[in-house]
Amino acid sequence: MTRPVLYRNARLIDPASGLDQVGDLLTVGEAIAAMGQGIAAQGVPDGAEIVDAADLVLAPGLVDLRAQVGEPGMEHNETLMTASRSAAAGGITALAALPNTDPVIDDEAGLEFIARRAREVKLVKIFAYGTVTRETAGKEISEIGLLAEAGAVGFTDGGPIADPALLRRALAYAGGFGQTIFQHPSEPRLAGGVMNAGDLATRLGLAGIPGMAEVIMLERDLRLVEMTGGRYHAANISTAESVAVIRRAKARGLKITCDTAPPYFALTETDVGDYRTFFKLSPPLRGEMDRRAIIDGLADGTIDAIASDHQPHDQDSKRVPFAQAAFGAVGLETLLPLTLELVHKGALPLARALAALTSIPADILGLKGLGRMAVGGKADLVLFDADRPWQVEAEKLASKSKNTCFDRRPVQGMVLRTIVDGRTVFSRT
Amino acid sequence: MAAHPHDIDARAETFTHRHLLGIEGLTAPEINLLLDTADRYVEQNRGENRVTNKLAGKTIVNLFFENSTRTRTSFELAARRLGADAINMSVDGSSVKKGETLIDTALTLNAMHLDALVVRHQESGAPKLLASKVNCAVINAGDGQHEHPTQALLDALTIRRRLGTLKGLTVAICGDILHSRVARSNIHLLNIMGAHVRVVAPPTLLPGAIDRLGVEVHHSMATGLKDADIVMMLRLQLERMQGQFLPSQREYFRFFGLDYDKLAVAKPGALIMHPGPMNRGVEIDTLVADDIHRSVILQQVELGVAVRMACLDLLTTAPKAA
Repeated sequence: MTRPVLYRNARLIDPASGLDQVGDLLTVGEAIAAMGQGIAAQGVPDGAEIVDAADLVLAPGLVDLRAQVGEPGMEHNETLMTASRSAAAGGITALAALPNTDPVIDDEAGLEFIARRAREVKLVKIFAYGTVTRETAGKEISEIGLLAEAGAVGFTDGGPIADPALLRRALAYAGGFGQTIFQHPSEPRLAGGVMNAGDLATRLGLAGIPGMAEVIMLERDLRLVEMTGGRYHAANISTAESVAVIRRAKARGLKITCDTAPPYFALTETDVGDYRTFFKLSPPLRGEMDRRAIIDGLADGTIDAIASDHQPHDQDSKRVPFAQAAFGAVGLETLLPLTLELVHKGALPLARALAALTSIPADILGLKGLGRMAVGGKADLVLFDADRPWQVEAEKLASKSKNTCFDRRPVQGMVLRTIVDGRTVFSRT
Repeated sequence: MAAHPHDIDARAETFTHRHLLGIEGLTAPEINLLLDTADRYVEQNRGENRVTNKLAGKTIVNLFFENSTRTRTSFELAARRLGADAINMSVDGSSVKKGETLIDTALTLNAMHLDALVVRHQESGAPKLLASKVNCAVINAGDGQHEHPTQALLDALTIRRRLGTLKGLTVAICGDILHSRVARSNIHLLNIMGAHVRVVAPPTLLPGAIDRLGVEVHHSMATGLKDADIVMMLRLQLERMQGQFLPSQREYFRFFGLDYDKLAVAKPGALIMHPGPMNRGVEIDTLVADDIHRSVILQQVELGVAVRMACLDLLTTAPKAA
C-alpha cells in the first residue's frame, strides 16, 4: 500500500475546473482523498508523509499527446523504461505512444505488447495509438474497430496520410467508431527538403520544405473533415498560415483540434545556424513570424494543446551531414519548462498553459478522468516550482537519446515530484 | 389482405406502366396490386398444376450481362409457369462479346418481336436506355448500383405474408448499402408502403446523402437493430475487404456480421432476410442464417418466382397507354 501523502500549502491548480487556490491535498492509496483549505485540521492518516509545498504548484500530471517510446524495434534509441523515466522527470504522468514502430502497431498484439511493457515498467501511464493504415503504407485501412476495442487511444501513421481518397475513407470509417484520426499535415510531394524553405536554406544550400506543404494538406484535410463528418486532429502545427486556417475553420464551426510542440514556439530556423542537426525537425523550424503566430494561436485557443513530440535518435543518426540526419528531437523533460517560458513572458496565463498540457490533451485522447485533479479521482500529479531557474543539460536527460534542441538553454520552472496513482515516480530533492 | 380475384383483374387494367425499371415512381396501390397478383401465383406454384397458359404465345428474353443463377432461373421459371416462351441470352457467346453496342443489341432483339425483355446489367441506367429503344416491356433484373425492383417486391411479399402489413414496421437494412441496388429498391418500396427504414453500416459503405432517401442512419448494430421487426442483411462482396472500404473480414463480422448477440436487441421474433447468395461468417452467422424460426431466406427465393410471374403478367397483358 502506498503511503498517504499530504501536500501542504501548495498552489492547487486544476485547469479543467478552474481551481487556482492555495491549499492542501491528501492522497491515500491511488486516489486524491481530500483537497482544499484546512485539510490538515480534519486529521491526517497515520504514517502520512507531510510535504511542505509552500510556493510550489500542485497540478494534474501532464498528459503528453505524442511520444516515440522506442519499442518495439528501436530500443537503441529509447526503451519504455527510459522513456518512462524521462516522462516522469518531466512531470508527465500519462503519454500516448506513437505506433510507427518496428513492427508497427496495427493489430491488437502490438497494443498488448505496449500494455504489458507499461505494466512491467510501471512508472507513468502509457497508452498507444494504432496506425491508420496497415504497415503505415498509406494504402489499406487498419482494423480500427478492433484496435479501438483493444485500447488504442487514437489513430495516426506518425507521418502524413497523403492519399485524399484514403484519408476520406479513414475519417469516415474511424468516425463510425467515434475514433479520431491524428494527421501530420505535410504534403510529401512538396516537403522533400530538409529545413524550412527560405533565404537561410538557400544560403546553406539545403533543400527547403515550404510552409505551404503544411498549409495545403491542412486545407485539403479540413474539407475532407467537412465532407465526412469525421474526427480530426492536426499534429505539430508550425506555420502562421496554418494557425490562420485552423482559426477560420473553428470559427465556421468545424470540430477539429490541433497541437504544436515547444520547438515551434521556442525556436526558429535561424537556430539551425551552421548545419546543426539537432535542430532538424519535422515539420522544420520556421521563421520568427511563424513562431509568434504559434504563440498567438495557443493564447486564443486556436491551438488546443502542446505535445512533447518526443523523437529519440542516437548520436549516429545526428552526427552526419545535415541532409542525411534524422528528423526529430527528444522533448519529454523540457515540455513543462519551455511551456512555462510563455507564462513567464506573459504570453499565456499559467492555467491556460497547464490546460494545454493536461485536461485538453486528455480530452482529445478520450482519456476520461485524466488530466484532472479532483477528490476521488486518481492521484496523477505534478509538483513543481514555477519560478526556479535551471539549465537544460543534454547529458543529464533520463532519455536514452540526448538529441535535445535545448541543450544549455536556461529555463525557469522545475519539476520536483511526479505522482502516478498515488505513487511517487520521480522526485528531486 | 386477401384481395378478391375479380378485384385484382379489375385493378390490373389500371396498371399502365410499360416497364418495370425501378421501384421509384411506383405508387402504393400499384405495389399492392403487384403483391396481390403475386399472392395468387404463390398458391398456383404450390399446387398440382403449376403451369398455366396465361401468357401462351408470348416471348420473353432474359438478357443477362452479369452472372446470375438465382434471378435468371427465377425469371425463366416465372415465364414458363405462365406458358410463355423464355429464352436466355447471356453475354458469353453473344454478339456483345464481339463488340456490339447495347443499343444495337436492343434493336436486334426488338426486330424479333419480343413481349418482354428481362435485363441485368452492371451499369446503372442500362435497362432505361434499352427501354427507350424497344417496343416491348423491359424489366430491370438489377442494374449496377441503381435498382433491383423484383427483389424489393419479393422481400415485401415475404414480409406481408408473415406480418400482414408493411406499414409501421421498423426495417433495418444492414451492410454494403453503398454498392447495393437491393438496398436502394427496398428503401424506396418500404418508404412508399409506410415502413420505418434504417440503414446500418460503417460510414465507408454508405452512399452520400443516404439520409435524404428517407432513412435513419446507424453505424452500430446495437442501435440500428434496436426494436427492429425485420433485419435485412446484404451481401458483402469479398473484394470490398481489401482495405479501402473495410480493413478486414474479421473486423466486419465482429461489428456488422449478424449473430445472435447482435440480434438480441431486435424485437423478439424479428425476421431475418437476405437476398442471397450469402457469405456465411462474413455478413451473417451460419446459425442465424439457418434458424427456421427467424430466417425467411428460403421463402424469399420461393416468393421470388411468384413476384416475377406477377410482373410479367401485368406488364405483358394489361392495356398500355400509347
